[in-house]
Amino acid sequence: MTATDNIATLEESLPLEALPLDAWHRARGARMVGFAGYHMPIQYDGIMAEHGWTREHAGLFDVSHMGQLTFSGEGVDEALELLLPSDIKGLKPFRQRYSMLLDRDGGILDDLMVSRLGDGAFDDAAIYMVVNGATKYDDIAWMIEHLPDAVIMNHMADQALLALQGPEAGEAMAVLVPGTAELTFMQCGAFEWNGVPLWISRSGYTGEDGFEISLPADAANAFADALCALPQVKPIGLGARDSLRLEAGLPLYGHDLTPAVSTIGADLGFAISKRRREEGGFIGHGRVMKELADGPGAKRVGLTIEGRLPAREGAQIYVGDVQVGDVTSGGFAPTVGAPIAMGWVSLPHSAIGTALEIEVRGKRIGAKVAPMPFVPHNYRRKA
Amino acid sequence: MSRYFTDEHEWIDVEGEIATVGITDYAQEQLGDIVFVELPAEGTTFDKGDDAAVVESVKAASDVYAPISGEVIETNGALEDEPALVNSDAEEDGWFFKLRMTDPSELEGLMTEAAYKKFVASL
Repeated sequence: MTATDNIATLEESLPLEALPLDAWHRARGARMVGFAGYHMPIQYDGIMAEHGWTREHAGLFDVSHMGQLTFSGEGVDEALELLLPSDIKGLKPFRQRYSMLLDRDGGILDDLMVSRLGDGAFDDAAIYMVVNGATKYDDIAWMIEHLPDAVIMNHMADQALLALQGPEAGEAMAVLVPGTAELTFMQCGAFEWNGVPLWISRSGYTGEDGFEISLPADAANAFADALCALPQVKPIGLGARDSLRLEAGLPLYGHDLTPAVSTIGADLGFAISKRRREEGGFIGHGRVMKELADGPGAKRVGLTIEGRLPAREGAQIYVGDVQVGDVTSGGFAPTVGAPIAMGWVSLPHSAIGTALEIEVRGKRIGAKVAPMPFVPHNYRRKA
Repeated sequence: MSRYFTDEHEWIDVEGEIATVGITDYAQEQLGDIVFVELPAEGTTFDKGDDAAVVESVKAASDVYAPISGEVIETNGALEDEPALVNSDAEEDGWFFKLRMTDPSELEGLMTEAAYKKFVASL
């Protein structure tokens, strides 16, 4: 047998590095794979069980491979507004936004979270950013090229990042860090646990309520132990992280988003405020405005699949004999109980309900453009 | 009846000229939760090493090769409704297909259970 694992892409040219919780994962029976240049846990008990646990209780994910950056200095907001299409000047302290880096043609270089710090967190820096692990060094190089000398970017390589996700994440987190009960979706703040400084946002990548916790790498073991000692919490691997985010309709950079595609086509226009659309002044603005006016050539869509055979990344999408798109993420969706997919299809075939066919190993299977998320989001929004 | 194993993690039960083929318990463990098994049509003929079936786990599709040449005479219909049988009982009820062998001498290069266990322990 030969397995062609979608997400366990080994970067064979470089030796894999160990993350702060490497031994912690192995001690809990994780199966480790190479991902984004690191040894990472793909599963512990099995993807189905871990996926289900996260949807019903709370799952702890190690996402320390992601890039954590801070920005400070004179003119930091203006400088970041050149790089990001989002409203940074209007971003209040303790608020987080989804954004992305665009290239000069409006192609997506990465997607990311950006928040305004406060309470002296991260040495009084102004802005905190989390970027994808596989792209972080390219992102840093791109930003260095475009940031003025007065703005200081710091890559916090000694900082771990954990995510606690699921309907019981709130009660579990409140046991260790009571103040987090006040946070609602996309709010963040500085907290403390046993003298360890934590930066916590109420956000995640599963569609569930939950948190992302940035903490010093040398405290990650103890904090992960404390969380997993709670009855609500189990460690969850990358495999379930991928099936959870796919059900939540959230794109995966490098698969659903690439430099070849645009913000508007990706249905991520919500990340660009009205002011930024009108004023421009960010790299890639031309493409955004053109596609807002004329429509994008293709769109990112959700796909429901007939039958049980999963359609995976790379499968071609057809209407009759004409290829109209490609699957960019796909697999069996444990909570849905059927295969689902995300893909890009040309605009005329992208309306919800459009019947399409996907070719899998020479066979055509029926598919339909479906609204996303596939499983309703369960965020804790402000009342 | 004798059971043989391949280094591609398949088992083969041989009774007369009929070979029953499945994947090993080690293989199902490596693949994780199996959600779909694509089986060959009855009457298909394979040369040893041909693509014979595909196992879809939550994350990945994996090919299963014909461990021996022959004609498919029966497939395990139970896997259509319950692909997870491969996880729960890989080496008995989770069998994939039965072949009428065309060259039983191909069995000679395959492993015994003891040799396969040793092979897996070395991985």
